[in-house]
This record gives sequence, C-alpha cells and structure tokens, in this order.
Amino acid sequence: MSGFFKSSIGRKVAMALSAFFLMFFLIIHLTVNITSLFSEDLFNELSHFMGTNPLVQIGLQPVLIAGVVFHFVMGFVLELKNRKAIGVKYVQNNGAANSTWVSRNMILSGVVILAFIMLHFIDFWIPEINTKYILGDMSGMHDGGLRYYHELVEKFHNPIRVVAYVIAFVLLGLHLAHGFTSAFQSMGISAGRKQTMQKIGKAYAIIIPLGFIIIAIFHHFNH
Amino acid sequence: MNLTLRIWRQKDSSAKGQMVDYKVNDISEHMSFLEMMDVLNEQLVNSGEEPVAFDHDCREGICGMCSLYINGEAHGPDRGVTTCQLHMRMFNDGDTITIEPWRAAAFPVIKDLVVDRTSFERIQHAGGYISVNTSGNTQDANAIPISKHAADEAMDAATCIGCGACVATCKNSSAMLFVGAKVSQYALLPQGQVEAADRVKNMVAQMDLEGFGNCTNTGACEIECPKGISLDNIARMNRELIKAALK
Amino acid sequence: MALDSKIPEGPIQDKWTNYKNKINLVNPANKRNIDIIVVGTGLAGGSAAATLAELGYNVKAFAYQDSPRRAHSIAAQGGINAAKNYQGDGDSNYRLFYDTVKGGDYRSREANVYRLAEVSGNIIDQCVAQGVPFARDYGGLLDNRSFGGVLVSRTFYAKGQTGQQLLLGAYSAMNRQIARGKIEMFNRHEMLDVVIVDGKARGIIARNLITGEIERHSAHAVVIGTGGYGNVYFLSTNAMGSNATAAWKIHKKGAYFANPCFTQIHPTCIPRSGDYQSKLTLMSESLRNDGRIWVPKNMDDVIAIREGRKKPTDLSEEERDYYLERRYPAFGNLVPRDVASRAAKERCDAGYGVNATGEAVYLDFASAIQRYGKEQAKIHNIANPSKEKIYELGQKIVEAKYGNLFQMYEKIVDENPYKTPMMIYPATHYTMGGVWVDYNLMTTIPGCYCIGEANFSDHGANRLGASALMQGLADGYFVLPYTIGDYLSDDIRTGKIPTNSPEFDEAEKAVKDRIDFFVNNNGTKSVDHFHKRLGKVMWDKVGMARNEKGLKEAMAEIKQIREEFWKDVKVPGSANEMNPELEKAGRVADFLELGELFAKDALMREESCGGHFREESVELDGEQKGEAKRNDKDFAFVAAWEYKGEPADAVLHKEQLEFKDIELKQRSYK
Repeated sequence: MSGFFKSSIGRKVAMALSAFFLMFFLIIHLTVNITSLFSEDLFNELSHFMGTNPLVQIGLQPVLIAGVVFHFVMGFVLELKNRKAIGVKYVQNNGAANSTWVSRNMILSGVVILAFIMLHFIDFWIPEINTKYILGDMSGMHDGGLRYYHELVEKFHNPIRVVAYVIAFVLLGLHLAHGFTSAFQSMGISAGRKQTMQKIGKAYAIIIPLGFIIIAIFHHFNH
Repeated sequence: MNLTLRIWRQKDSSAKGQMVDYKVNDISEHMSFLEMMDVLNEQLVNSGEEPVAFDHDCREGICGMCSLYINGEAHGPDRGVTTCQLHMRMFNDGDTITIEPWRAAAFPVIKDLVVDRTSFERIQHAGGYISVNTSGNTQDANAIPISKHAADEAMDAATCIGCGACVATCKNSSAMLFVGAKVSQYALLPQGQVEAADRVKNMVAQMDLEGFGNCTNTGACEIECPKGISLDNIARMNRELIKAALK
Repeated sequence: MALDSKIPEGPIQDKWTNYKNKINLVNPANKRNIDIIVVGTGLAGGSAAATLAELGYNVKAFAYQDSPRRAHSIAAQGGINAAKNYQGDGDSNYRLFYDTVKGGDYRSREANVYRLAEVSGNIIDQCVAQGVPFARDYGGLLDNRSFGGVLVSRTFYAKGQTGQQLLLGAYSAMNRQIARGKIEMFNRHEMLDVVIVDGKARGIIARNLITGEIERHSAHAVVIGTGGYGNVYFLSTNAMGSNATAAWKIHKKGAYFANPCFTQIHPTCIPRSGDYQSKLTLMSESLRNDGRIWVPKNMDDVIAIREGRKKPTDLSEEERDYYLERRYPAFGNLVPRDVASRAAKERCDAGYGVNATGEAVYLDFASAIQRYGKEQAKIHNIANPSKEKIYELGQKIVEAKYGNLFQMYEKIVDENPYKTPMMIYPATHYTMGGVWVDYNLMTTIPGCYCIGEANFSDHGANRLGASALMQGLADGYFVLPYTIGDYLSDDIRTGKIPTNSPEFDEAEKAVKDRIDFFVNNNGTKSVDHFHKRLGKVMWDKVGMARNEKGLKEAMAEIKQIREEFWKDVKVPGSANEMNPELEKAGRVADFLELGELFAKDALMREESCGGHFREESVELDGEQKGEAKRNDKDFAFVAAWEYKGEPADAVLHKEQLEFKDIELKQRSYK
C-alpha cells in the first residue's frame, strides 16, 4: 500500500480522495451558510454548533485542515514532477484544440483559491480561534445574542472583499468544473466523456460557488 | 499550393537544435503530409543539403512509426489520422506550417524530427504480455467463451499503435493512455486475469521510472489519438491499480 | 548443388508427426549455450524469436524500426485462416491444404502446405491464449468470415486489423522473453551481410541506424524473416522501409532465390492519384464479401463519368457490368486475387476504367446495404420500412464490419464510400517467391533459415487471402522451433562463435566499403530517382501481364539503370550518423539486382500460373477461353536461382514438384 501512494496513479488517487473530502466539506459549508439568507437564528445556531461541538472542532477540523494542506502540497508536487516530464517546450502548441483552458490550468485556479483561503482564514478562522481558544470565550455570545450572523454581515460591508470573494468563487467553480469529474476518473470511475458524470460535475461546479457568491452579494446589498 | 515550412533541425541527440524555414512549391492537395515532406527532401538532396530526418514506415496509419507535431498538434489538425494519412487539403496556399518532433523528457530527440520511444518498449517489457508458452497443445480457442462486448472493448483498447501522440500532446507528457490501453486489453479478457495485479503494478512502476508525467485528465490525448483510444482505459487502469493495491 | 527438399517419407497426413518424432533434440541445459540470430521481427521473425527464447536458446533479434511492433505484418487487415471448422461447414485440414495448393495454382510443395494446414488450428489457440482479441459472436465464440478462392468460412479476424493484433501478440511474447533476458533486442539495426564460417551461417554484420556503427554479431544459426520484395515496384502496399536486403545478401552468399516472378498484385487497392505518390494503400479483401465490382457497360457512360457529367450512382443495374459475377458465376466477387486483378486490368485495358487515369473500377456496397437493411428491418420487426430506414439500418451493419476501412478510404480519397462506390485498382502486395528453403525451412546455406514471406514457401504462384498471417505464424511458432533443433543438435559442443575471425573481418570490410562508396560518390541523382525508374520498368513490363519482348527489354533496362545508379547516385550526409538516404541507397542497390533476376525468372517461365501471367500462354478456346494457361508438363517445378555475379548469369536449379495427394487440374472458378 505504501508503494501504491508513491506511484503516479497512487498520488492521483490521494489527490482525488482529498478532493472528495473537500467537495463534501463545501456542501456542508454552503448548507450552513445558505441559512443566513433566510434565518438569522438558524444560521447562528448551526454556526455555534459547528464552532463549539468537540467532535467537529477537535475531530473534523484538523482533518479538514490537513486535507486542504495535503491537496495543495500534493498539487504543487505533481505540478513540479509534470514540468520535469515535459523537457523541451514546443515552439507552437495548440492546447485549445484538444482540451479546456481550465483542465490545463488547475494549478492557476488552485493558487487563486489558496490565496482566497488565506484571506478567508484571516477573516474568520483566526479571529474565531483567537476568541475561543486564546481568550477562552466559548459562549459564542456578543451583545446579548449569538455573534455569528452579525460577524458575517460585517465582513461583507467592504465591496473590495466582496469582489475578491466573487472572483475567488468563480475560479473555484472553474477548478471544480474540471476537478469533480477528474477526481472520479482518478479513482477509476470512468468520467471521460460520459454524459451523466459530466452533467453532475457541471451542476456541482456551478451550484456550490454560485451559492457562496449569492450569500456574499446578498449580505453586501441587504445591510 | 506554395508553403513555408518551419522545421526543427537537430544534428544528433547531444546537439542544440533550432527551427529552420524552408519553402516548397506546387504541392498538390491530394498529397499526404509525408509525401509533401518527400518533396522537400528531394529538393534538399538535389541542392546538396541534408534532408530532414523523420520517422515513417507503413504510410497507412497502422505501424505507429510516424510522428510530427504539426502546427501545435500531434499528427496535425485532422482527427483520427496519423501524420502519414494527413492530407494537404487540410492546409491552404501560403500557409506557414510549424513542424516539431514529439516533446517529452522520456522521448529524447535522436535527429531532427526523430525521437527515441524505447521508453514505451521498456514499459511493455515490464508486463505487456500474458505468460503462455508456445506448445501446440494450448487449450482450444473456443474453450472459454468471451462476451462479444468484452472482446470488442478489448479490441478497441488493443488498437493502440504506440505512436506516442498521447505523450506528445499531454501537457504533462503522461503515458497513461498508452499504458492504460494495454492494461485494459488484458484486464478485459479472462486470459489476462491471472497476472492482472502484477501487470498493472509493474507497468505503472516502469512508466514512472521512465519519467513520464502524471495524468491531469485534460482528455487531450483521447482527442489527438489517431486510433481514438478512450479515456475509459485510463480509468480502468487506475481501478486495476487500486484493486491490486488492496489485494 | 542438387536441391534436396528433405520431405519426410510416409502419407501426407503423417509426415509432420513422424518427422517431429524422429528429429534430434537439444537438451534444455545445452540450449543455454546456443545463440540464434533472428533478423526481422514481424509475424514470422517475432514469433520465431519468442518461441526459440521460450525453448531456452539465446536469441538476438534485429529490426530496422524502433520497435518490433512496427513490422509491416501490422498492416494486414482481413484475417487469418485456420481449419477449425467452427462453422460446421465441412472444413478440414485437407480442405485448407487443397484450397491453398489449388489457390497457388499448383506451384507449391504439397508436404509444406499440408503441414501449414495442420498447425493452423494451433495458431488460433495460441493467439487467443496470448490475449489477441479476435472478433466473437454473441454467444462468446469466435466469429469467421469468408475470403476469396474458398467455399468455407474459415477466416478469423480482429476488425480490419488482424495483422496488427497478431503481431502485437507475437510482440507481447517477445516482450516476455526480453524481460527474462532471453531475447536481446536490437531496434533500429539493419542487417547488411551474413557471415559464413566453414560453410555454415555463423553471424551477421549489422548497422546501428542511429550511430551508423557497424557491428558484428555471431550465432550458431541465422534466421531471416524480413518479408517480401514488393518494393522492387517502388509503388506497392508495402511499408516504405520494406526491403529485400537481408534476403538478397544471403542469396549472394549462397542461398538460392526461388520463383521471384511469383508476385501478388492485390485487386483492391486505392488507385494512384499522381506522380508524387509514395505508396499505395490496400483495402482489405474482406470487402469483397459484401462489395460488388463493376464498370459501366457502355463507353458513353465511362466517358461521362470521367468528365464528371455522370455519377456512378446514376447508372441503372442494366447499365453496369459486374464483370466478375459475369465471368465467374460460381465464385463471383470472391475469386482469388490473381484472377480478380487480371479481370480489372482487362476491363481497364479495354478502356472502361472509371477515373481520370483510366485505372480504376468500382467496388459497390449499395446492394449489401440494401440486403442488410432489409434483414435488420425484419429482425427489429419494422413493418414496411422506408427506403431511408433500410439504408440507415444497412449502413450501420456495413459500418460495424468495415468502418475503419471506409474511414481510411474517405481520408485518402475525400469521398464518402457509403454514398458513392469506392474506386479500386490492383497494386503490388505480396511476393510468393523468395529464398528457397527445404522442408526444414533451411536455405541452401547450412544454418541459415528463412521464414515467412521472405521464403518462397507455401503459396505457390498465388497466395489466397488470409494465408500470409497463417504461414508467418506457422513458420515462427510451430515449424522452425522444431526443425532448427535438429540442426543445432550438432552444435552443443561448438561454444561461442568468435567474431574476430577473418570471415567477420572480410564481411565487415565489404559492408564498410560499400557504405563509404555511397557517401563519397558525389553523384547527381537521388536514390528515389533510380527507385522510381526501376519501379516503372517493373510495373510496365513485369507487372500483371508479361511477354517475352517486354521481359527482355526489362532485363536490359534494369541493368542500364543499375549501372547509372552506381555511377550517379547521390547520398548526402555521412556514414556515422542516422542517415535515411544511405539506408535507402543500400536497399535500392539490392532491388536493382533482384529486379533483373525477377524479369529473368518471368522470361524463363513460359506459362501462365497464378500471379505470373504470360500473354503467350492463354486458353484459346472452350469454356476457359482467355483464361491463364498453365503448363504442368514443362513447368511444374520450383525455379531456384543460384547467384553467379550478374543477375543475368544466375544459374537455374529445378525442384520438381510432385502432386500425390491432389490431382493437377486447371483452376476453374467459373
């Protein structure tokens, strides 16, 4: 088994497994956040649960972080290996004739998403950790109510941040448009040009980022 | 038609190469691309220059010897053909055509447009076979029925001609389509089952050793493959390797 | 030297078994001490190399391509014959034997052909075990199709790429042995001479085509499996690199060359389109299963079609001349290749050719599409199907059967063969003649064997479709590995053959001198210039129909071209690098000698048989009027030529052919 993950295909499988995990996480994340569009209370409750439940915090959170880090590190490792495999570059190469721009530039969309995640961590995750584990305030309360909804709205005041979020999510969409089917293909589930798999992939790649974009824009304009 | 050809010239594997421009005139649209190259070479020989070396043999699209990266695409702009079957009717009078050798670290240039594809050979040595001796008393060919579907699918995988267009096209110089096709052919047939796990492990290990890149599933290889080998073969190889690892 | 074919005694069906029971064997421990060189890695060479290595011999295999997988066997499309009788249509070893001897117009050796039929079934078993994906029916069993010249369905196939799949099977068997270290593979190497020590073949001189280095390789036996010499015509269905050099070199060192004039002109090739053309493309004979061959009945229509005023589809059934069905009602479009080719030539010579060059006939699938369409409509319970529906259903079946061939045609000709009939014309395809071998497949040089298309072999004067693959694999998998053991059993104490002997020195020097001559010649004309001229003489005067006057002229003209070649050929580049022009020069030099012997052989054989048609020898009356006339009384022999310097001086040795199990009859496909 250890040999397997050292092989080219094993690495892709590892990449796909981490991708599946992250794609699943995106669904959860969106499900929680989407409640902010119609119910402040529900959003607060769900956020508080996720933010304080030991299973989520001590169990899942490190796994998620490890998954994100792994996906990026492995992405860069593979990119470097692949570049080495190319050798001399073509004088003229017509990549557009046989593949999509997105599929050829996963590393680019990946880097943008990485930058976004940094921003996102600075925006939400670091203050959150600071409040909960450094200051030791696990109550989730502020001004006599749960603070999460308020914090969310606060962040989307700044139009520059909203624009940054939208751009990042568009790139996430592109990344997923290729990544979703690609992960299945790597796992040995033919997704080549099979209609259904492609359709599910496209749907996922549109719905998830679009959901986040709507949330950002909604809160920017509604408050 | 009259054409300008921009061709990669390189004396030998250690020399530094460069693009050189040539002119050819009165090319018929019914010519195959390699016949056009013949015209150029005849012209070069007659003017005392060294002709352009390029690989070719059967000229009917089956031996897999011919290569050439033409205007940024493996086997040129047409689909489902090798360079020898590419016809000049795909080009227009006055065009400049860029002609380069396959590029991949695992396919070093030997001379001009000729590359060394023995890395493919070594992958086949690692497991591209079923271990059966020639005895004359092998069991009857009809002893194990094989479903038409499986036989047809195995055949589709087996049509790979080993030209290397998949590697040349791949942005990562990956050989997954080539290896996947061979792994698939045997994985689909009952005769191939006994050695299936070792085969896929050994072939993939050799592929990695040769310095081919990884698969990013862009699907470019399938489009440029002159035989239309399906991406499903890569998925099947991945599956076979996962299966082998779990064993 | 008198020819001894070494045919074993006994009834024909027991010869091979008895022979195998009695030959000397080499024990497994001793096989490790014996080296064998195999030159050429197509079906014959590849399968031989793999099998010899399995047996335990040390094999060195040589191919001019960058991989054994690229040998031109790969281009064989239609299929491989085997007397399996899976269809229950009465097939048997005897029938396959009979069909092959008859198809070859009674110019092959009975014992060899019977052996071929006998092992044919083993080949299919072996290939299936190797993972060759032959076509299967819905029950999961192997499917068959019919080929020309026979009345049973015995051809196994893998789509239109049977040769490819069989070659890849042999290649995979080689790969297994390469991995085990039992085959040492020399890709991009060309054999340039055989080395004879004490009267035995003991090695070769080869050129590394990448570095230009001249190498010496020694062995206890040398096997040549380098294919045919069809490229002597310049334009043929052979690969560009296909050459006769290895075969010709052994001929010059003592191997007799047999029946060079027996050459197959394949009826269904894509017609040539211009002078720049580098090769001709074959369309599988399997197309004649469903395609009907015709030309217009009326000259007006021919002219109208050539001028583009009419399309072939405009002509009604009555206006078409399905000349094969008319002349040969029993076999129709499935007559043997030589007959079909000559019939096409006859029509075109009479002026009925349908393209601009006047050298094309139609191969039409419209009735097959109709027939399949109606059949499918019934299967799918479609009542009163429309014309379009029938066409659509029928086209699907035709596509499933021949899709890749149709696609290939469309890519080359730029016409849709589903809509308009294909145009075809005969082209040089296969050479039945070749190096003379005895029953053991050994040439007249002891220790030098020749297998596959390179030998003169089992096809007589005409090869039936799907028999080349059968013969190549039979030789390599099932015949040579046995027969060579008999010879090598004397060599178990010989030890390694040294490569520093005077014989190697001399052979290497001759090879180097010749290469140096080429690169220093400073002539004015390219190699192709001479090759094209040779090809034109061959096609015009030693082509589908030959006569005394033309053959004499051909001999003189070829000699003339050869002399000019040696004076005026221009080979750019140097000897010590990859130099394709230098490779071609060596090959064309050999073709220029072979071509003359070819014409000489054709001139000597004053009869028409199989692919060899002498205009002086035709039936003058009766039902067979106009058909080829064989002369069994004077020409029932193999013509084996001994090299004596100039090709014109070659000495003829006759191996009389005896027919004990088949009655000599005129071939009738009427």
